[in-house]
Amino acid sequence: MSKEISNVSKQSIKKYLDAGVRFDGRKLDEYRDISVEFGVSENAESSVKVKMGETEVIAGIKMDVGEPYADSQNKGNLITTLELLPMSSGRHESGPPKIEAIEMGRVIDRGLRESGFIDFEKLCIKEGEKVWNVYVDIFSFNDAGGMLDAAFLAAVIAMKTAKLPRYDEKEEVVKFGELTDTNFPVTDLTPVTITGYKVGGHIIIDPTVEEEEMSEARLSFGLAEVEKEIMISSCQKGKDTILTSEEVGKIIDLSENKYKELFGVIDKAIKGIDKK
Amino acid sequence: MAEKSKYTKRPDGRKFEELRKMTAKVGVVKEADGSAMFSFGEGKEATTAFAAVYGPRTLHPQHMQNPRTGILRVNYDMLSFSVNERARPGPNKRSKEISEVSKWALGNVLELKDFPNTVIDVFISITQANASTRCAGINAASMALAHAGVPMKELVGSVSIGKMDRTLVVDVNKKEEDYEEGEGPTDIAMAFTSRGQNVSLMQLDGKIRPKELKEAVEMGQKAAMEIIKVQTKALKDVRGDVKK
Repeated sequence: MSKEISNVSKQSIKKYLDAGVRFDGRKLDEYRDISVEFGVSENAESSVKVKMGETEVIAGIKMDVGEPYADSQNKGNLITTLELLPMSSGRHESGPPKIEAIEMGRVIDRGLRESGFIDFEKLCIKEGEKVWNVYVDIFSFNDAGGMLDAAFLAAVIAMKTAKLPRYDEKEEVVKFGELTDTNFPVTDLTPVTITGYKVGGHIIIDPTVEEEEMSEARLSFGLAEVEKEIMISSCQKGKDTILTSEEVGKIIDLSENKYKELFGVIDKAIKGIDKK
Repeated sequence: MAEKSKYTKRPDGRKFEELRKMTAKVGVVKEADGSAMFSFGEGKEATTAFAAVYGPRTLHPQHMQNPRTGILRVNYDMLSFSVNERARPGPNKRSKEISEVSKWALGNVLELKDFPNTVIDVFISITQANASTRCAGINAASMALAHAGVPMKELVGSVSIGKMDRTLVVDVNKKEEDYEEGEGPTDIAMAFTSRGQNVSLMQLDGKIRPKELKEAVEMGQKAAMEIIKVQTKALKDVRGDVKK
């Protein structure tokens, strides 16, 4: 499953980090260049590809009508899936999603759900009977490290640009392939995830494959700006190495500082599509 | 005597023997040993496939290894949002069958004897599906295998020939796939090797007379050669990139 990193590489990566730079010349808290493309599938309610350096991830939104859950009779349902396609890396194998992908998908799901980004009540068609099921499907396309933050960006941008399909109330069927002009109901806050990785005693973001493989622990925060204040609404610590409370504090600071940058990426992508 | 066909015009204005506009690009998945994308058509009408090749690499579990030759594995996957009504992610009977016939379509042109005990994995992802997805997948895979430097005798070009009522058409699109009138639609997926122009994939569902099927094979052969030209150009383009 994991890529074998030679001790020589590990030592050089660590040596670089000790000197305050990355193997690829970046600073410790620097994302690779991020770009966004739309229209991966014109059959989707929305679909995007996010590139973060050489890492590429695609996300699409599909919707249909179903029944609400017992504890949310007037709310739509969100179903988030992440697959690490074997196409995207020699490290990923065919077969049902493994724990790595399941965990990542759940972290993304929580980040979307808990941030207050989605207006779930507007996804209700008839209380107690009919609501929209929203499928956020995310696939790694080229996994060159740092997949989680890129995948979350893709999911958010896809949701912000999705249109609702047409629902025929008389026939009680979704007219698949016919999209309305109604935007997918999101609120005015924009969540992102920022993940700090502990590598050779240092904290970095957006790791390359090598850095990710040798990382001892990671900590992800889902956060958004709410009334000019950064609010953290989800969190996950990954891998079995402990983090000191200073390291946790460092990652909290890092995510607060980096929020604007990722927000800018989303904002620019959405504005770009509005102009068209 | 032969009745007149009710099918006189294609919905997208193409001639009966005309392919959709094709796009091909090599080197689209950087982590892979070889990769390519291929699409039939543009925009909302397009069918787009990506293929990535890994290997030859050691095959696990060991008991599956063949000391005489390397083996080919193909995995065809239609992404959930590639279609109008969401497809459940993961393999199903349809995708397993398509994976297998795609493997047969491609396997014969490869020289795997030099790589005993190894596997070459081809992963095909359909990102947008509007008919002929298996053909687009095979075309992408043919380029990806060449890009990976796997020894190949020939390229493989794949196309679907349709019969709408009594009219034969090249490269069936979504609307044609759902054609209902007269004798209805018949869809014939085919693949041909580039030099020998031999058949390496042939599947059919619908209704067709033996004579018509022979004509369809001829049409498919011609179309496949056009497709292979597009593949060759994309492969040459990527070689050009390296030189720069």
